[in-house]
Amino acid sequence: MIIDRKMSAGVLNVSRRAVSLGFGAGALVLATGLPAFAEEAKPEPKWGGDGMPNGLRDDPTLFVSIAQDGTVSILCIRSEMGQGVRTSVPMVVADEMDADWARVKVVQALGDEVRYGNQDTDGSRSLRHHFMPLRRIGAAARQMLEAAAAAKWGVPVGEVEADNHEVVHKASGKKIGFGDLAKEAAAQPAPERDALKLKDPSKFRYIGKGKTSLVDNMAITTGSAIYGTDVRREGMSYAVVARPPVYGGTVATLDDSAALKVPGVLKVITLDPPKFPTEFQNLGGVAVIATSTWAAMKGRDALKITWEDGPNAVYTTTSYRAAMEEASRKPGKVELSVGDVDAAMKTAKSKVEAEYYIPHHSHVSMEPPVAVAEIKDGRCEIWTAVQSPQAAKDRVSKRLGIKLDDVTVHVTLLGGGFGRKSKPDFCIEAALCSKAMDGKPVLLQWTREDDLINGYLNTTSVERIEAGLDENGKPVAWLHRSTAPSIFALFMEDPKHQATLELGLGLVDTPFDIPNMRIETGAAPAHTRIGWFRSVTNVPHAFALQSFVAELAAAAGRDHKEYLLEILGPDRKMIPKTTEPWWNYGENPDLYAINTGRLRKVIEVVTKEAGWGRKMPQGSGLGLAAHRSFVSYTAAVVEVAIGDGGRIKIPRVDLAIDCGAHINPERIRSQLEGAIIQGISVAMYSNITFKNGVVQQTNFDSYELARMDIAPREVRIHLVDSTGYDAPLGGVGEPGVPPISPAIANAIFAATGKRLRSLPVGSQLAS
Amino acid sequence: MIKFNINGKEQSFEGDPEMPLLWYLRDVQNLTGTKYGCGIALCGACTVHVDGMAVRSCQMSLADAEGKKVTTIEGLSLDGNHPIQAAWRELNVAQCGYCQCGQIMQAAALLAEKPKPTDEDIEAQMGGNLCRCGTYPRIRAAIKLAAEKA
Ligand code: FES
Ligand code: FES
Repeated sequence: MIIDRKMSAGVLNVSRRAVSLGFGAGALVLATGLPAFAEEAKPEPKWGGDGMPNGLRDDPTLFVSIAQDGTVSILCIRSEMGQGVRTSVPMVVADEMDADWARVKVVQALGDEVRYGNQDTDGSRSLRHHFMPLRRIGAAARQMLEAAAAAKWGVPVGEVEADNHEVVHKASGKKIGFGDLAKEAAAQPAPERDALKLKDPSKFRYIGKGKTSLVDNMAITTGSAIYGTDVRREGMSYAVVARPPVYGGTVATLDDSAALKVPGVLKVITLDPPKFPTEFQNLGGVAVIATSTWAAMKGRDALKITWEDGPNAVYTTTSYRAAMEEASRKPGKVELSVGDVDAAMKTAKSKVEAEYYIPHHSHVSMEPPVAVAEIKDGRCEIWTAVQSPQAAKDRVSKRLGIKLDDVTVHVTLLGGGFGRKSKPDFCIEAALCSKAMDGKPVLLQWTREDDLINGYLNTTSVERIEAGLDENGKPVAWLHRSTAPSIFALFMEDPKHQATLELGLGLVDTPFDIPNMRIETGAAPAHTRIGWFRSVTNVPHAFALQSFVAELAAAAGRDHKEYLLEILGPDRKMIPKTTEPWWNYGENPDLYAINTGRLRKVIEVVTKEAGWGRKMPQGSGLGLAAHRSFVSYTAAVVEVAIGDGGRIKIPRVDLAIDCGAHINPERIRSQLEGAIIQGISVAMYSNITFKNGVVQQTNFDSYELARMDIAPREVRIHLVDSTGYDAPLGGVGEPGVPPISPAIANAIFAATGKRLRSLPVGSQLAS
Repeated sequence: MIKFNINGKEQSFEGDPEMPLLWYLRDVQNLTGTKYGCGIALCGACTVHVDGMAVRSCQMSLADAEGKKVTTIEGLSLDGNHPIQAAWRELNVAQCGYCQCGQIMQAAALLAEKPKPTDEDIEAQMGGNLCRCGTYPRIRAAIKLAAEKA
């Protein structure tokens, strides 16, 4: 279903009425009362979706409604940002309830975690956490329909069966459609969890098939799909904000007289600076509100502002990088220590060491941050493209002093998210602008320049690894120092070291079979807003680790793949012996221990499929990398071809994943294709640098992304046979990114003999 | 007063002649299929057809649009079944979809000019259209599919 302009107002009513009255006008519904969910008393700790704020819900009356005409509406509580949730979520429910996909509609939920459970769409968690609850929702709805039919016909419930949108009594040949059963089904009690009969996976019609067309396909291809920036409200004005160029800066002087003379400019307001830690607060500055986006931008250009920069004006990339390098060359904070690294280093036959540098990255979703806010009768309504509508609701409520229940957040389609849109600072800005306009609706638009200059960047890091080797070139001692400013500086006094969450993203979970290993972090203060970006610190950690293993293989004169498999060691399940409790993506370490056999498998599959070892023409090379992230296992082989002047082409990429069962294989493939392209941007082009606290990249000319000309003509995704539907699922959205940049660096080495340790590749090969 | 034709309808505008066509389409006409991505001709999200040519609407002022025929994604086909649109759906090209109207308008112009584009043609003609989700492999395949079926 499309959230069209008229519907976007209606969605509020639709979702609300699902609880007490039903879903949509004229619909007879399963919903019979307040949610029956009561949180189970469970021994701590909670893992997976149960461990997320507000947990999981699986009450069918909250999520499914059936209209008299048989239309089944299924609520999607996750945000659609290209990963396909608005297709995959209803697909799972529909399959379990035996609904006909052609008669299923998806309705986007409002932000309301008390009612729906956690809605924070990030961390590659939507299907990983929700697959089973969604199946339970579908199974419960099916069983309620079956019970209603059995009661109607006066036959035992065991004799009836749901089949493609109707319930059938085989013995008598009676059949009745879901629509005709809706009312009676709604009167049935929702089955208890242990009474649920999940479908046998061999009976799935949609799950695992990858044949389902995207629900928003028609809207997207005809321009009627509604993103945050497309929301239109009666009497709406448009706003842009001039924000401090340096993080933590404030307005020193403001002259808005010229701006106010720009035709169309309605108002100029000053926004207060945030308090530290800044978390998801807006950055302050000066907002210009006008009759069109264009007039607002012209008005902003005409503002005369001098800024008080504050202490972060010291932030300059060249000197900061030097400081990170220095920190990584001396002892740091020990995060994991196994065996005796110092002693083993001393007795090692030889030593190899290398230092890698990874810059900040910006999400630059094609739709920059944007929100519409409207305040009426003390209630605030927001329409926006956010990954965490609950965070938006909560922060707007706090900042404007409006009761939480009086803030409504409608989630539109997101024109990309990648972690940026988990942070609702722009929603607060929109609400403040609306307030200044006496509650009239205001669309608050970030420009691309705003997005680059005032974003939440992926961290930057220096990764230094030293290995002591035996006579066969195998590591007996391993010392890895990772120095990077932490995301957690957003939320608390700057810890200056990566937190357990960041360490768990590909650093302390290094899966190698090395008897003496120490992992340390160096200190690095944050001078900008560090946020999470697709794959987060897996990006720098994997770049360093998987480049370094290739370096060791080369030093030992060994084939990279053979060498990688050798240091991965025998198949085993590992739980890293970390100083602090190991953060394993929030998952139970026993269920989701590091499984080196699964990593080996994806390496074997991808090398076989890619023809690893095939003879390459002069100037071409293959590069390999493998990485576990978001409890999935990926491996990539990249082919590069170096042309005149060091120009790099990437003719082909093979990527294998083992993420457990494949719920919607079509979207797994598309996510991985996208991850390859995003990985190419990370490896080849993208680089945020600072000078005196100010980001130097302002648009796509200085912050470059992969384009069609570098996109591989051949992309091959290999879905490794899963562990089956009973095994816990891994993530899909993010795990494709980390292996790409090291595989590219390794391929460049294979093609040229040049080892690039600093990202991006940029013009480093230019001759 | 500036006059032009949008999706077959005559329109006139009395406001700021410097306003880029992009913002006029979006904020005045509420034709929101044409997207903002960069504002300076670097991303192609705002691509429309002007007298049949693919144009970055963020770079064309209304003064320059005087007397021109503008087609937006909303006017590309009556029923949404331009061969490019159909191929896009058949291959599930979109991820977030935000860039896709611009991609489709660019690809439609490419196909009008070169009914059987080569890989090199596709790279040259589509190189100005960014997709942060990384749908390029499917865009390439969908253009070829549309060319094959046309
Ligand atoms: S918005 Fe016009 S090219 Fe980017
Ligand atoms: S599909 Fe998301 S930017 Fe292209």
